[in-house]
Amino acid sequence: MNNPPAVRFEKASKHFGDVRAVDAVSFEIYDGEFFSLLGPSGSGKTTCLRLVAGFEHPDAGNIFLHGVPVSDLPPYERDVNTVFQDYALFPHMNVAENIGYGLMIKKVSRAERTQRVQEILDLVRLTGMGERKPSQLSGGQRQRVALARALVNHPRVLLLDEPLGALDLKLRQEMQIELKAIQQKVGITFVFVTHDQEEALAMSDRLAVFNHGKIEQIGSPAQIYEHPATSFVAGFVGVSNLVRDELARAITGVAQTFSIRPEKIRLQAPGAPISAEQCAAQGTVREVVYLGMHTRYVVDLDGRGELTVVQQNLDTTSMDVLSARGKRMQLVWQRAHNRAITGGG
Amino acid sequence: MARVSIERPNWARRLSTFFYLHPRVTLAVLLAPPLVWLGVIYLGSLAALLVNSFFYLDPFSGRLIRELSLSSYAQLFSPANFDIIARTTQMAAAVTVSAAALAFPLAYYMARYASPTLKAVLYLAVTLPLWSSYLIRVYSVKLILAKEGVVGWFITQVGLDPLLDFLLGLPGIGGPSLSISAMGAFLAFLYIWLPYMILPVETALARVPRSLLEASADLGARPAETFRRITFPLAFPGVVAGSIFTFSLTLGDYIIPSVLGNSSFFIGQVVLTHQGTAGNIPLAAAFTVVPILIMAVYLVIAKRLGAFDAL
Repeated sequence: MNNPPAVRFEKASKHFGDVRAVDAVSFEIYDGEFFSLLGPSGSGKTTCLRLVAGFEHPDAGNIFLHGVPVSDLPPYERDVNTVFQDYALFPHMNVAENIGYGLMIKKVSRAERTQRVQEILDLVRLTGMGERKPSQLSGGQRQRVALARALVNHPRVLLLDEPLGALDLKLRQEMQIELKAIQQKVGITFVFVTHDQEEALAMSDRLAVFNHGKIEQIGSPAQIYEHPATSFVAGFVGVSNLVRDELARAITGVAQTFSIRPEKIRLQAPGAPISAEQCAAQGTVREVVYLGMHTRYVVDLDGRGELTVVQQNLDTTSMDVLSARGKRMQLVWQRAHNRAITGGG
Repeated sequence: MARVSIERPNWARRLSTFFYLHPRVTLAVLLAPPLVWLGVIYLGSLAALLVNSFFYLDPFSGRLIRELSLSSYAQLFSPANFDIIARTTQMAAAVTVSAAALAFPLAYYMARYASPTLKAVLYLAVTLPLWSSYLIRVYSVKLILAKEGVVGWFITQVGLDPLLDFLLGLPGIGGPSLSISAMGAFLAFLYIWLPYMILPVETALARVPRSLLEASADLGARPAETFRRITFPLAFPGVVAGSIFTFSLTLGDYIIPSVLGNSSFFIGQVVLTHQGTAGNIPLAAAFTVVPILIMAVYLVIAKRLGAFDAL
């Protein structure tokens, strides 16, 4: 891989008044990868995307697209296109005109324009919808028009700002699969902003987890999920039990904060024997939430803390699991699943 | 547990329930007053106007003949009368175009850049002139434009007297001084009607989401192109709404041309004269129909241009 990265942030900062939206952030996005910026609202992920698009310019540091510094370039001189959160379709143009807008601006001939618009309409499965106005489309269709309008220009980097946020769950899951398929088909670098950790895990080749304008961790979905570098990542990506100080010493013998995923813990009758590779804790089931596919238990460790446990309902019925409330249980998990947390609070 | 509306009398509750369960009755009760008002006062007078415009004056006795005829309309096409119509329409067009050109940048600034506080101040500043009497404002403009007025003094100070004299010497728009010329009337019209252009344009621009402008830039359009293809088309309904005010108000006004104009008549002045001293109600009515027709044509053209597509 001798190609320069598609996007490179070099200690880039962006302030809005006193708010440090993006705080000296450095990272790279490789050519052709599906990269997600994940974080809660206000974490700086959208500002990062807008810095790449050129809607914002960094106060300090630099941003490179394919090795070329672009910090001072306006959006219309960057070879990137954006799919906006609110789609930003032009209401006075029909679908074909919306999609052909970028080509028209670039003075592509009418014949070629028509052809490319048709092709992209087929790609996003909107064949024959060219004459419709955006107001005549459903949310999912608008979303695909927005995607087509960006893709038709063959940008080297496609920026997507929470594009699935306004869709209902079922449609969102369909679009996740479709987006990923389209990305693999066209081979363009996708930079995807989302606050939905499941979405980020499902779609990305790599992702960056943002918090307070800084990146907490960058890695593949498996790395981020299985080896969260900080307590924030452990808590934000999936659900994690964070075991600190005294409780950690009581369980492992060392006062080192660690995280343990709820699905790794098993519930047993108290006093059952445990092996050397296992950790164990005793407690009382305080709460049981039956979720159909699985059940979530909150277990109170005799006032020293609590652990959340998730069990699949393999052989159990709702009656069984709900009757666990108030009972003494032993919690057991493989020591190898403990993840030491070193990064901040 | 006490009932919720314990302190409300029974009949009030029953009335609320009745209206809640009978939305059509509620609608009728609410709409009847404005509809009666509009029907009687507005449509009634419009009908009276139309009917009168088809009557005519006996050319010899000067008596009103209540028979349908197009003779009043035919008179509109006499050179003198047609001249008045053309002059008024040109003035209305000039005022409208200039008002739009002046209003757009201010409205754009108010809609896009001004802080909420500054925006409130600007709103106030734009509408402040409407608080004072129309007549006072017209006479103030006359004073400002008069030969000894502020504008004349300033022009002398910067040595532009020859330019002013040249402009005043032009046929059609000139006159003895700025306060007695078509130019003066134009400036007064522009000043008086400008708020009616700024406000709807500002409203239309404020409704254009910033993301549309970003999307246009993102797709490669330079600012000028974004303005031409996105901002202006989407704000155009606001410009049309504003121009309906500036255009029709200019077409019908008779005070500004009589206070500031030269001796050439405008439609409003002719209507005033014909229905008053001359007693020619049919011709006055026919003249009044002209602005209505012009506005109708204007709106049809605006619709053809797609002014209302984005609504």
